[in-house]
Amino acid sequence: MAEYLILIYGDEAALDRPEPGAFDAMMKGHQEFGERNAAVLRGGNALQPTATATSVRPDPSGGFVVTDGAFAETKEALGGYYLVEAADLDEALALAKQVPMPSGGVEVRPIRTFG
Amino acid sequence: MTASVEAAVADAHRREWAFVLAATVRVTGDFDLAEECVQDAYARALATWPTGGIPTRPGAWLTTVARHRAIDALRRESTRDRALPLLVERVPVPGPGERDDPEIIDDRLRLVFTCCHPALVLEAQVALTLRLVCGLTTAEVARAFLVSETTMAARITRAKKKIAIARIPYRVPPVDELPARVDAVLTVLHLLYTTGHTAPVGAELGRRDLVERSLDLARVLRTLLPDDADVAGLLALILLTDARRATRLSDDGQLVLLADQDRSRWDHAAIGEGVMLVREALRRRPPGRFALMAAIAAVHDGAPSWDATDWREIVGLYDLLVELWPSPVVALNRAVAVGMAAGPAAGLAALDLLTTEPVLATYSYLASSRAEFLRRLDRHEEARAAYEESLLLSENVVERTFLEERLGQLER
Repeated sequence: MAEYLILIYGDEAALDRPEPGAFDAMMKGHQEFGERNAAVLRGGNALQPTATATSVRPDPSGGFVVTDGAFAETKEALGGYYLVEAADLDEALALAKQVPMPSGGVEVRPIRTFG
Repeated sequence: MTASVEAAVADAHRREWAFVLAATVRVTGDFDLAEECVQDAYARALATWPTGGIPTRPGAWLTTVARHRAIDALRRESTRDRALPLLVERVPVPGPGERDDPEIIDDRLRLVFTCCHPALVLEAQVALTLRLVCGLTTAEVARAFLVSETTMAARITRAKKKIAIARIPYRVPPVDELPARVDAVLTVLHLLYTTGHTAPVGAELGRRDLVERSLDLARVLRTLLPDDADVAGLLALILLTDARRATRLSDDGQLVLLADQDRSRWDHAAIGEGVMLVREALRRRPPGRFALMAAIAAVHDGAPSWDATDWREIVGLYDLLVELWPSPVVALNRAVAVGMAAGPAAGLAALDLLTTEPVLATYSYLASSRAEFLRRLDRHEEARAAYEESLLLSENVVERTFLEERLGQLER
């Protein structure tokens, strides 16, 4: 078995001002996803909007530059994630396709292990 | 003797490579070691067949040798030292394996589906298919796609790494995913074929080796998935188009249009086989895109002359194809057929609807098709401008020569 991180990307503006009923539908979707896949879910969270993000980068003099905002500004921002267990990529992709994604989509990344 | 052995090894390379590699991957669990062992087995064949004789089943001989090499290598190497996870569970004791053993056939299919996994970019899928399924060297694959060997080696390494790290499974997809996955495989084969049929750049019109590889692979796929209508459709399309290969170029290497080709020199055996496959592919409703393209090729192949071509039938087939596959390139071909069925003015009108398509903005065929219809309408100044535009966009030497000749024929 291997672990994969499913990163959920979406349009934050749409999430900020959802169509009536859309937010409830999405939350219900996540709840169902969680119940259906409880056996292979290793974790998962929704994130606060990128407006609340703070980025930290090392600067050449050995200190840090702290800036307001996400690391990379894109139309579709990282809004949440699931950590899942799957035998192979096809299994992970099958899980990924069940994640509610009203806008944007998801990225599936294998978890790296050391040693 | 030596020449016949070399020929036998070359033949076994072309016919059996995928079969031998697929069986060896099951022992090694990864592609790199399996490739090394299979290459060794072919080298052994070259060295030992001259004295020992050519085995009656070269594929089985090569598989046995490659698998033994793999087992030896695995004994030497400690499994714990491996940097990458294993692709498949190793098979403990490999048997000699009959060619028609369903498990072995499955192995080859596994290999194809792994190489053409949609999680890999299309260029990587094509490169891996040529490298692993056809056994081309990295240098040969690089030449086929006109990139440097270093670039191609990096592309293949990256793809193999992703297969191992992301765990792209080495298996035939389950039935519910099969249509989409077969489509991905057919897309790779079709790209191989079209790249071979008309090379995008270069001094020769086509690349015969790529066409032959795509035909071989389509035949393998047909053996492996005999009931798949799309597979039948793609094999038919390749056979029916490639049947005209002998007449596409004149003796001095110039492009000959379908209208001017000597139809008696077409490969009628290939056409016969293609037509049977098209009938089978069209039986499924609705027909797939390859079946429709093959049906269009079949109408051309069945026509006694260019003028006697059933253009209405061709337009009808294009109408179905555009609906199924709304690509601007398909719409362009449909527009040309409309011009043939209903006259150059109708064709030009259909083409003019496509001039704003961004995909076609750099496509030389749109300009050259407009030029043809304008020429036939005696609008020579506009035809001249369209030929010139087309020349700016084409990088294939044979095509350019043809366009320049047409331009020269226009009255001033």
